[in-house]
Amino acid sequence: MLFLADFSVIKPEPGLLFWTTVIFLLFWFVMSRFAFKPIGEALKKREQDIQDALDEAKKAREEMAHLEAKNEQLLAEAREERAQMLKEAKEAKEQIISEAKERANAEYKRKVESALHDIENHKNAAMVELKNKSGQLAIEIAEKVLRKELGNKAEQEAYAQSLTKSIDLN
Amino acid sequence: MTFARKYWIVLIISGLATCAFAQDGHDHSHQPQTEQTHGEQMHPQNAEMSAEAPAEGHHEGAHSPCGHSVSEETEFNAGDNAVHHIADANAIHVVGNTYIHLPVILYAPGHGWKFSTTSAFHAHHHGNGEAAQDGYVLVHGNVMRIQNPQYASGEVNVDDYTHKDTTIDGKTKTLYYAVINGQCNLLDSKTTFDGGLMGGGVTSFYDYSITRNVFTMLLTVLVFFFLFRSVANSATKRHGQAPKGLQNFIEPFYTFIRDEVAKPNIGPKYEKYMPYLLSAFFFILGLNLIGQIPFFPGGANVTGNISITIVLALLTFFISTFSAKRHFWEHTLWMPGVPAVLKIFILTPIEILGLFLKPFTLLLRLFANITAGHIVILSFVSLIFIFGDAGKNMTGSITGIIASVPLSLFMMTLELLVAFLQAFIFTMLSATYIGTAIEEPHHHH
Repeated sequence: MLFLADFSVIKPEPGLLFWTTVIFLLFWFVMSRFAFKPIGEALKKREQDIQDALDEAKKAREEMAHLEAKNEQLLAEAREERAQMLKEAKEAKEQIISEAKERANAEYKRKVESALHDIENHKNAAMVELKNKSGQLAIEIAEKVLRKELGNKAEQEAYAQSLTKSIDLN
Repeated sequence: MTFARKYWIVLIISGLATCAFAQDGHDHSHQPQTEQTHGEQMHPQNAEMSAEAPAEGHHEGAHSPCGHSVSEETEFNAGDNAVHHIADANAIHVVGNTYIHLPVILYAPGHGWKFSTTSAFHAHHHGNGEAAQDGYVLVHGNVMRIQNPQYASGEVNVDDYTHKDTTIDGKTKTLYYAVINGQCNLLDSKTTFDGGLMGGGVTSFYDYSITRNVFTMLLTVLVFFFLFRSVANSATKRHGQAPKGLQNFIEPFYTFIRDEVAKPNIGPKYEKYMPYLLSAFFFILGLNLIGQIPFFPGGANVTGNISITIVLALLTFFISTFSAKRHFWEHTLWMPGVPAVLKIFILTPIEILGLFLKPFTLLLRLFANITAGHIVILSFVSLIFIFGDAGKNMTGSITGIIASVPLSLFMMTLELLVAFLQAFIFTMLSATYIGTAIEEPHHHH
């Protein structure tokens, strides 16, 4: 039944050699032109695109980190400034308070002194007036005593007594 | 559990594939019953031959001077079966008596060209043609030529084809005859360029036909062209978008060849050689894979045919040799730093030999690997016929199937790996040879 026990695959045949050459060369030419070239270019482009995208992302990340650092610095500066301002305000407040206190003290002292001075003055004036009045009274009494002197002794004395009583030291 | 289910599915599929492979054999084995009557109808003039042959069977004894009929029943021979199936043919045997007829382009010096198709030979079962056309006949799907110049032109009816083993110069050779009008006419096989080393040689005609192998090559090339065209289109059109569909399947192969084969072996000038490496890779891979399919349109053992590997290896040889730089020739022909005597008597001859050995190993490796794989699978499939006594013993056949299916499954899986591996190795070594040839001096010192 099967008799072609002829190991023909090891024998180079002109027909197969010819057709393989033709077909493979055509395949090579056509495929490199219409398939491998566009595919290779597309792949290259895509790889470039991906690389670019990655690079860009990396750059953006770096920029972001840079910005963040800057923000941090600004924030720190602001915080420091605030602390400085607070400190200054506190100092100013304390200074104002102490100044006010001093001034108030001085005023108080001045007022007290002037009050004391006024009191002294008034006292002196009152004393002078008192002295004047009591002198006048003494003169008036002396005048009346002198006017009633020549009557009776008892009367004289009673009168003197009544006079003395009537002296109102007010 | 899912694994077990998957295993069974694979086993069933491979069983079907094995049976498909076996189909051809079944036809052969069932044929003998009808064969005898058919033989008698075919050559009534040859009464003594047709009467004797079935009675005598395959025993040596009385038969016509030109041996046994090729349709005669013989014992199943797994080796012959395998060798027959890996061979090229002029017509494609699909199933049963269905053939796909292919164009024949024949040239006989002194008789000119002949263009036709295999259908002109009126092939019946076994691919044997009933008619001789301008001296050409179809025997088992292969074109042969009648040596007798009497039949060099016109159509003649052929009664039968016979074969006979003869010993010439201590070598056993099978001779084929066409029986026409009761006369035996010696047939010539087509010319092969083995210089008689493998039993071939230059004969009276050359066969430039579109054979099964050529047809398979054309088919593979066309399939790949359309496949790659669509990938190239979507790769160009979908610029800036993620790859989709076939792109995801094909592009990794491209980047693999570029990044793992071309760049590391060839260096910065790799781009120039990419188209060749890719073409070789996909050409070999496609043919390896299509050869794995056990039924039409696959089954042709293309990369396991030395003619194909010769062409591919020669191309690698030419490319690497013609692009070789001064540095390469210097190191090949006159290795610096080695005494002149050593150079003249040892190193340079070895290097020159190596120049030709490299493509030789390249062509032999691919050819041997693929052919060996096909033979092993066919041998495992043959178990069915060996156990089943060529279809006569059903129980034996079933035993054969039980033995054959897991073994064939194993081999087919292995061959699938080999298909990729050999395509890769061929490309890899081609890249290495090119890389060595174009190497720049500063790499070495």
